[in-house]
Amino acid sequence: MSININRYKCGYCGACVGVCPKGALELVETWIEVDESICIVCGICDRICPVGAIEVKK
Amino acid sequence: MKATYDVLVIGAGPAGSIAAKTAAEKGLDVLLIEKRQEIGDPVRCAEGVNKEYLKKHVEIDKQWICADLKGSCIHSPDGTRIEMAEEISGGEVGYVLERKVFDRALADLATKAGAEVRVKTRATGLIIEDNFVKGARLMHLGKEYEVRAKIVIGADGVESKVGRWAGIDTALKPVDIETCAQYLIAGADIDQEYCEFYVGNDIAPGGYVWIFPKGEGKANVGVGLLGSKTGKFKPRPVDYLNNFVEKKFPNASIVEMVFGGVPVSGSIEKTSTNGLMIIGDAARQSDPITGGGILNAMDAGKMAGEAAYTAISAGDVSLGKLEEVYEKRWRATIGHDIDMSLIVKNCFINLNDEDLDSLAHSLKDVKFERMSLLDLLQALFKANKKLLWDLRVLFKDAAKEVIKNKNNA
Repeated sequence: MSININRYKCGYCGACVGVCPKGALELVETWIEVDESICIVCGICDRICPVGAIEVKK
Repeated sequence: MKATYDVLVIGAGPAGSIAAKTAAEKGLDVLLIEKRQEIGDPVRCAEGVNKEYLKKHVEIDKQWICADLKGSCIHSPDGTRIEMAEEISGGEVGYVLERKVFDRALADLATKAGAEVRVKTRATGLIIEDNFVKGARLMHLGKEYEVRAKIVIGADGVESKVGRWAGIDTALKPVDIETCAQYLIAGADIDQEYCEFYVGNDIAPGGYVWIFPKGEGKANVGVGLLGSKTGKFKPRPVDYLNNFVEKKFPNASIVEMVFGGVPVSGSIEKTSTNGLMIIGDAARQSDPITGGGILNAMDAGKMAGEAAYTAISAGDVSLGKLEEVYEKRWRATIGHDIDMSLIVKNCFINLNDEDLDSLAHSLKDVKFERMSLLDLLQALFKANKKLLWDLRVLFKDAAKEVIKNKNNA
């Protein structure tokens, strides 16, 4: 189980932060931070990312 | 930056800047913070806005207008083209803005009204005491600050954390978000007086492609897909956009890339708590059909600024008071509109390409300049009876409006 954000691909739009049901993501200026202690690896962020910068492995 | 203010506004987009301006004009001591180092950048918007509504908030300045639109065109999957004049194209057509300049102009208005503005200043958490929001912890250039305020206003956009920190659930489900990609293209042959929309399940499932002119061969070309129609192993908005741009504008250069998520949830349950209000995209106040959010954000910002003044003057910033002075007001106006749009959206996203084409054919030869909303609905329903059933609530609402207008006359 893991969540990986490719910051070379990420357009830092914050859509993933908006859909995270647990509030585990945060957009800090130009990068996304993950609080892995809260993340439930649900994969919604991976599903809606407009560029496919997030990889959630279950 | 001081330790205490009357109002702390988090986020300097249109919602936050108007809230700060309104509160400062009322004589309140206001701090407006923006986490980015530049207000208005990077853009996450197609930048279209209705002229008349915009004029209610600000004096129009040519510096932030890129194009002045006469109307819009919708293209159905089989290529049928429907042209609409400006008055009935919906709230989002009129001007195409330069948001980088526009957002700064709004922050400037807040400054002129007396608000203090700080950029590269991010909220990292709220100060909550006795069940009341009493301020926020901020970070600026790596240093932490505590700022106290009688009221905190969260205008922190689609990625909002402020509401969540106070226990307001603002999480969007995939069906509640349009996931978008947009290119600013240059060197293309673009009609600068019309914006164009393309619908269809091959082109943009559960959404549409837009072309908004931005002056001199430039345009915002973008695509939005409904989150519930995308997936890990399906093409992304950026893939749909590349397909469209390669076919339609093979020789244009891409001079800017924009990505974004647009809330299309309709009104959410809760947008205030003791000492706190959330506004704009943070409160999911954008329109579920057009995705337009600027004007609703500015309206909500104004209401929240006024509400802050009323509540602070009354010495009561409790949830009960804020419900009365903010929630009630926005739900009766913005809330009603976006909930009506949500009904249309829920109907629209289930149409297949055949349905979309048949709707387009029934509208093709209609003279649109003189058409009212009811005539428009009638023409649509002639083509699709099921639509009539799905949208019956709108009819009830329209009928209520007609009766009200009659009684007032």
